[in-house]
Amino acid sequence: MISWQDEGAVLRVRPHGETSAIVEVFTIEHGRHVGVVRGGISRKIAPSLQPGAQIAVTWKARLDDHLGSFTVEPLRSRAVNAMSDRLALAGLNAVCGLLAVVLPEREAHGALYAQTVQLLDLLGQTEVWPLAYLRWEQALLEDLGFGMDLSACAVRGVNEDLAFVSPRSGRAVSREAAGEWADRLLLLPPVLAGKGDATTPEIIKALATTGYFVEHRLIRSLDAGRVLPARNRLLDAIQRSE
Amino acid sequence: MVDGTDDLTDLIALMAKLPGLGPRSARRAVLHLIKKRGQLLVPLADAMQRVGANVRECLNCGNIAAGDICNICNDDRRANGEICVVEDVADLWAMERSQQFKGRYHVLGGTLSALDAVGPEDLRIPRLLDRVTSENVTEVILALGATIDGHTTAHYIADQLTGVTVTSLAQGVPVGGELDYLDDGTITAALRARRAL
Repeated sequence: MISWQDEGAVLRVRPHGETSAIVEVFTIEHGRHVGVVRGGISRKIAPSLQPGAQIAVTWKARLDDHLGSFTVEPLRSRAVNAMSDRLALAGLNAVCGLLAVVLPEREAHGALYAQTVQLLDLLGQTEVWPLAYLRWEQALLEDLGFGMDLSACAVRGVNEDLAFVSPRSGRAVSREAAGEWADRLLLLPPVLAGKGDATTPEIIKALATTGYFVEHRLIRSLDAGRVLPARNRLLDAIQRSE
Repeated sequence: MVDGTDDLTDLIALMAKLPGLGPRSARRAVLHLIKKRGQLLVPLADAMQRVGANVRECLNCGNIAAGDICNICNDDRRANGEICVVEDVADLWAMERSQQFKGRYHVLGGTLSALDAVGPEDLRIPRLLDRVTSENVTEVILALGATIDGHTTAHYIADQLTGVTVTSLAQGVPVGGELDYLDDGTITAALRARRAL
């Protein structure tokens, strides 16, 4: 019997039979991992298995490639913080939805895990959450191999007046180098490069740019367009929170 | 292997698909029905035939009805301007058991879920919006589950409704519940919704 213990955040729960649940957890050392929780839809366990909840898990299976079963212990719930706030709820849905479809199974992403837990712990703090989400989405792209290089212009090598991002390479392009191609490039608001004021309109612009890569590089390649409405609802909630 | 006809085997296989039953308990149930042919088997078959012929979803609210429109929607005394939105018929029955709500219901048929690709058009949300205007509704009570999906659906519906009061059920300590056995989320919700005595 193979067994390990880890800690993680619940991404998704699906009923399995009449009493059990198939739970996807983003763990520290084992990445996105799936397992059956016996009695997972019972009145006792179900509240601990809401998306975003932090849990300790023990996974057991006879062979490594089996689905296996989880024994779970709740560490902290984030549902109340999320459910009491429209932005937090939309954010939690977007984060868990994206991770559940774009993360490869059973592959550790330690840095992204740490940033995800930090982001989830900020749920409910409306003032800082949109910027934290932007940074998280940049980290998600970086971690999965689609990070943007915003340090210098891809055409001229300069690092001043960078105003656009190439949708093809994800590299910055200066205003001068863009020339007549500017309307084919994505906007590079200063907040995306960690400069300037992180106002809501600037964050929305930055999320439109990261959104292009999330949609075209991550989601489309995985045929997982069903999570896009969740991200769109988050953008709508951020806009309303202004 | 069951001794008997193919019909019996079919019946056992169908019974085994019911919630709470497996092949073994289905065999026991079928044997019991055969033993109680007069008291159980024939009346049960008749009742199932009648239900199969008559019972369908209410065209107005999604409740189970013995016709096109359910008894609650047909009852003028329940047209008090309040609509209680529930996820499924089992929730409607739970609300009715309490005998506290005197208005009408609207059964959504599920909750929004991006991962399961359930969108507003897959639920009865457009019909709810129509009813709010056509039935002179003054208050919509969102009695959806205290889950992430339930609240996502509630916020979505609240965003779509204008000109009516939108409320949701309170959350907290259940009647007869002891704090020691509650999860931290429920305790937090209860503490936030505390009231003066």
